Amino acid sequence: MSDAPTLTAVLQARFPQHVLGTHAYRGQETVVLKREGWLKVARFLRDDPAMAFDFLMDLACVDYLKFGRSQSSAPTLTTPSPLPYFMTPKPQAERWERVVSDDEFRFEVVCHLYSSLRNRRLRVKVPLTAADPSMPSLTGLWKSADWFEREAWDMFGVTFTGHPNLRRILMYESFQGHPLRKDYPIRKRQPLIGPVN
Amino acid sequence: MKSVRGSGFRVLGQTPNQTAVSTVQPSTETRNMFLNIGPSHPAMHGIIQIIAELDGERIVGADVEIGYLHRAFEKESERGPYNNVVPYADRLNYVSPLINNFGYCLAVERLLGIEATERCQYIRVILSEISRITDHLTCVGASAMELGAFTVFLYMIKAREWLWELIESVTGARLTISYGRVGGVKADLPEDFAGRTRAVLEEVRKVLLECDTLLTRNRIFVDRMQGTGVISKETAISYAITGPFLRGSGIALDTRKAQPYFVYDRMQFDVPTGEHGDNYDRYLVRMEEMEQSMRIIEQALAAIPAGPLNVDMEGNILPASVMVDEAKMGRVAGFKQARVRLDPTLEGSTRGYHEAINAREKRAVLPAKEDTYGNIEGLMHHFKLIMLGHGIRPPKGEYYSAVEGANGELGFYVVSDGSDRPYRVRVHPPCFTIMAALRELIVGDMVADLVPTFGSVNMIGGELDR
Repeated sequence: MSDAPTLTAVLQARFPQHVLGTHAYRGQETVVLKREGWLKVARFLRDDPAMAFDFLMDLACVDYLKFGRSQSSAPTLTTPSPLPYFMTPKPQAERWERVVSDDEFRFEVVCHLYSSLRNRRLRVKVPLTAADPSMPSLTGLWKSADWFEREAWDMFGVTFTGHPNLRRILMYESFQGHPLRKDYPIRKRQPLIGPVN
Repeated sequence: MKSVRGSGFRVLGQTPNQTAVSTVQPSTETRNMFLNIGPSHPAMHGIIQIIAELDGERIVGADVEIGYLHRAFEKESERGPYNNVVPYADRLNYVSPLINNFGYCLAVERLLGIEATERCQYIRVILSEISRITDHLTCVGASAMELGAFTVFLYMIKAREWLWELIESVTGARLTISYGRVGGVKADLPEDFAGRTRAVLEEVRKVLLECDTLLTRNRIFVDRMQGTGVISKETAISYAITGPFLRGSGIALDTRKAQPYFVYDRMQFDVPTGEHGDNYDRYLVRMEEMEQSMRIIEQALAAIPAGPLNVDMEGNILPASVMVDEAKMGRVAGFKQARVRLDPTLEGSTRGYHEAINAREKRAVLPAKEDTYGNIEGLMHHFKLIMLGHGIRPPKGEYYSAVEGANGELGFYVVSDGSDRPYRVRVHPPCFTIMAALRELIVGDMVADLVPTFGSVNMIGGELDR
C-alpha cells in the first residue's frame, strides 16, 4: 500500500488534540486516541470519503496489568536463560511501543477497521484507566459494535456509555467478576446459580 | 341465543341466573406469545437459545442468547507457550480446523518477522481449500437435512468423509489435526497425495452435481429458501458480516482476493456473489465456492515446488530408538547423512522434508528429528523450544492476521510482551457477527423460516462462544 503512511498522518494532522500517538508495526497502522475524541474520530473514519471505513471488523480489549512483568511461564525461571548462539535473535529495525504507560492506563480497547472501498485496514486503540474503564459506545455508528461491546463488558468490565443493551454475552448473568482480566485467577470456580424462580 | 339454564351446566364463579354463553362475546383480541427455541433443540445445535415473540406464526421480536459453549479459549491461550494454542485453535472451528491453525501461525510468524517457505505456503493453501469444501459441505448438507432433504445430507457427508480421509493422511487426524506450526507445518505431504486428491475431487464433483440436481430446482427447497432470511448490503456491512453470507448479498469481498496471504495471489479463481441476500443465494454462493476451491487446489497441486524431497531415501535409515542409543554412546559418525525412521504420527518431519516445509528460523522451528537425536546442538535447540519457560519469544508487539475462513474473515489478534507465552490472543470469529444480525434476519419471517436461516448462518459453536 503506497499511501499507507499518510493514513495515520492525516489523522494526526486533523485531530492533533485527540491523537496520542501513531505507529506502524509489521505493516499494520495503529492510531492511539484519547477517549474524549473517540466518537468524533470514529465518525470521521466512517463517513469521510477518503477514509470510508465501512467495517468495524473487530473490537476487543487488552488488560495491560501484567504486561512484561513476568518473562517466563515456568515458576522457577523468572528470567529467561541465555540462548545458544544459533538461536539469538537478529537485531530488528522495527520497535513497538505502547504509547501510554501501563501503570496509568490499564485497559486498552482495540478496534480493527476495514475499508472495502479502499481495501485497507486501520487499528484504533483507546487506553482507559483502571479507575474509570468506560468509553462512549460505537453502536450508533456500526451495528457490529453491539455484541463486541457486550463481550468487552462481559470479559473486562469496560462500560460503554450509550449502549442500549449492555448485558453479559458469554457468561451468565449472575457471574461475578470479569474473567479475562489479568487479576482473575484462571482456576477460580463460581457456583453456577440455578434457574431463577 | 340458547340458554343453558336447567341443563345442569354451571360455569364456575357465576350465579346460576347468568347464562354462560351470553358472557362469551365473539372476540378477535390477539396477544403475542413467547416461544423459547433452544438451547436443547436439534435445529439450534444444542447451544443457542432464541426467545421469539410470535404473532401467530410470524416472528415479531427475538432475543438471541449465546455462550453455552464458552470454555475460556482466550484465557487458556494466555497461560501456556505459543505452541500450546495450536491444539486449542483446532477446536475453534471443528469443521475446518486447518484454517484456524494457519491463521494463528500466520499471526505469530508476523510477530516474529518470519516467512514460511514456498512449499509450506502451497501446502497451507491446498489444505485450507480442502477445509473450506468440508465446511461448506457440512453447512449445505446439514441445512438441507433440517428442511427434510436427508439424502443430500448423506451424500454430502460421504463426500466430506473422502476429504477428511485426505486430511487424515496428511495430519494423522480427521478433526483435531494440530497440523500448523509457527514457521511451517508439522510434516510434509505424503507421497501420493496429489494423485489421490485429484481422484477425490472428481468424486466430490459428482456428488455436488447430484446434490445440485436434488436441491437447486426442487420446488419445496426453493420455496423455503427463496425470500427468507433476507439481509441488505448495507445492513450486512454495518454488522461487519463477511464471507459467503456477505457475498450472498452481492458484495464480492474475499480476503483471499482483497489482501492475499500465503500464495493466493498466484491462484486464478472467481468470487461468486448473489443478488438478493436470501438463503437461496447464500446456498448458491456456497455451492459455487466449493467448485472454486477445487480449482485452487488443482492449480496449487500443479504449481507446488518440489523442494529437496528427491534425495535418495534408501539406506542408512535407523529406527529412532537405535539412533538415540548410538548417540548416547558417542557413535555419531555418519549421522550428518543418516535418516531416522519415526513413529507414523511424526512421519514427514525428518530431514529433507523438514527443510522444505519449515522456515529457516531457529527461534521458532524445531530441528529435524535426526539433529535432535544425533547432535548436541540439535538437542539444545529442541530443549530450548520445548521446555517450560523457554519456547518461542516474539519481541514486544501486536499483530492482527486476517484469513478467509469458510464462514468469513477469521482474525487472530496476538499481543506479545516478549515472554514465552502470548499476552493476549483474541479471535475474531466470522459467525459471531452473523449471529449478532440473526435477530434482524428472522424478525418478520415465519417460525418455520428460522430453520433455513439459522442453517445458512453456519453457526459454529466453538468459535462463536470460544
